[in-house]
Amino acid sequence: MQTSLTVNGQTREVDHDARQTLLDTLRDGLGLTGTKKGCDHGQCGACTVLLNGERVNSCLCLTAMHDGDEVTTIEGIGTPETLNALQKAFVESDGYQCGYCTPGQIMSATALFEEVKKGAPSYVSADLEAPTFDDAEIAERMSGNLCRCSAYPMIREAIAMSREVK
Amino acid sequence: MRSFDFHQSGEIGDAAGALGREAAIIAGGTNLLDLMKIQVMTPERLVDITRLDGLSAIEADGENLRIGALVTNTHLAGDSRIRAGWPLLSRAILAGASAQIRNKATTGGNLLQRTRCPYFYDTSQACNKRAPGTGCAAQGGAGRMLALFGTSPDCLAAHPSDMATALTALQASVEIRAASGEIRTVPMHEFYRGPGDSPDIETVLAPDDIVTAVLLPAPRAGTKQTYRKVRDRASYAFALVSVAAIVKVEDGRIAEASLAYGSIAPHPWMNHAVEEMLVGQAPSDDLFARAGEALTAAPAPHPDTEYKRPLLRRTLIAALREATGLSESAHGVDTARIPA
Ligand SMILES: Cc1cc2nc3c(=O)[nH]c(=O)nc-3n(C[C@H](O)[C@H](O)[C@H](O)COP(=O)(O)OP(=O)(O)OC[C@H]3O[C@@H](n4cnc5c(N)ncnc54)[C@H](O)[C@@H]3O)c2cc1C
Ligand code: SF4
Ligand code: FES
Ligand code: FES
Repeated sequence: MQTSLTVNGQTREVDHDARQTLLDTLRDGLGLTGTKKGCDHGQCGACTVLLNGERVNSCLCLTAMHDGDEVTTIEGIGTPETLNALQKAFVESDGYQCGYCTPGQIMSATALFEEVKKGAPSYVSADLEAPTFDDAEIAERMSGNLCRCSAYPMIREAIAMSREVK
Repeated sequence: MRSFDFHQSGEIGDAAGALGREAAIIAGGTNLLDLMKIQVMTPERLVDITRLDGLSAIEADGENLRIGALVTNTHLAGDSRIRAGWPLLSRAILAGASAQIRNKATTGGNLLQRTRCPYFYDTSQACNKRAPGTGCAAQGGAGRMLALFGTSPDCLAAHPSDMATALTALQASVEIRAASGEIRTVPMHEFYRGPGDSPDIETVLAPDDIVTAVLLPAPRAGTKQTYRKVRDRASYAFALVSVAAIVKVEDGRIAEASLAYGSIAPHPWMNHAVEEMLVGQAPSDDLFARAGEALTAAPAPHPDTEYKRPLLRRTLIAALREATGLSESAHGVDTARIPA
């Protein structure tokens, strides 16, 4: 099958099997291996990318269903020479150990900032109509990203720190 | 994953025509793709309905709301009208899965998600729901996620949806389009079928029916609403038990109560005897203890779910205490109002 995607601002035509997931298209088809495969079943968040600006698990997306859609991966938000503010905060806070979950954590937190800006509620918001932004909110809103090294406190710190500099 | 014929529809009649016993609708794909990867579901054709018009909006119909089947869980939970008028629904949806999954998951797909019984997921095991007539490996096996009520000798599995539990307490209904084009509306409590001797058939849907919307009746302004979910970890886990409660206290007495229970039956569970015990009475620990006893009187069908009886009892009591103001810690208790 043929599908056209806009990946990190560039139009890419991909030729793929109907069964291919967006995760496999990115990694195997386009060589963008920053996005990781942890569980392949929606349980870990390592494969998180932005799809039309919203965070999703790319392992649970069929490429065939996303013709014309926009995808942003970790390769699209900064480079090793020019890290963005959130990437810098992860480095400064030691927001990782092995680093495997990190691209997913960073893409997820990128979307989290937008969600908070729009006033989206979470399960722990005291007032559904006026959510706040504190440590408990970060933990709840990031619960779709597991970290096998359990760097959670530093991940939350990096996210809080990066929000302050914004 | 088995190979399949991929059919993307731009028109609902075309989608219905492509459906049938060997085909499956795909919406968000968050449940179906997971099950297809491990060959628990092996449709020969996938009918992608995500490009159909008219199924992605939340529309007012007087004081009622019509929620299109393709409205995502995130969109629904965050809608300002839902947060104001039906806060139970926002809380229940936000209690489920993760932000990533809720961004993709749809209203129709959430209702139709399959059970989390581990034997249903394991194709080397007997399971009447996955492979009719093979038996039920959960009986005699491990079963702490199974149901308490409404089971049959052929299947003890529970329905895991948080959203469907809230919709049941809110007395919503499901709008369905038949292949003929005829539209019918089925109340939540009649949408799911008990397992009986065919646990593979879970709802009243025919293979070529399409869920087009969920209809929410006018908000119960002034009611206190809460969704209390108990799980193995604080977030991103399925419920062991859950209670959706809508309660109104007037002049020191319970004037209204609508309750539904999740992850304890093959579908969201209701027990009207409990509401009848409550309405007209003053809130008290004694009253709530008796309500809990009445709810959990029946024995558990599997020894591993025996723990769910006291857990459900205590969860109901806690929800009622918070919703009636008997206890102080009222985190997650919202008051419904007519949306602006
Ligand atoms: C890791 C993980 C954790 C989760 N945790 C929770 C949780 O805590 N609580 C909870 O409630 N849920 C949870 N879920 C389940 C999640 O809510 C469902 O996967 C999701 O709601 C399904 O919606 P979908 O649109 O992706 O459905 P799909 O996967 O596209 O479809 C699911 C089923 O519905 C059918 N279908 C879809 N749309 C229609 C329609 N319009 N008409 C007729 N049939 C249709 C499909 O054929 C399929 O059989 C979790 C899922 C994952 C992967
Ligand atoms: S309880 Fe139901 S889903 Fe689980 S193994 Fe038995 S038949 Fe299958
Ligand atoms: S690889 Fe997609 S969620 Fe784990
Ligand atoms: S840093 Fe190792 S998994 Fe998170």
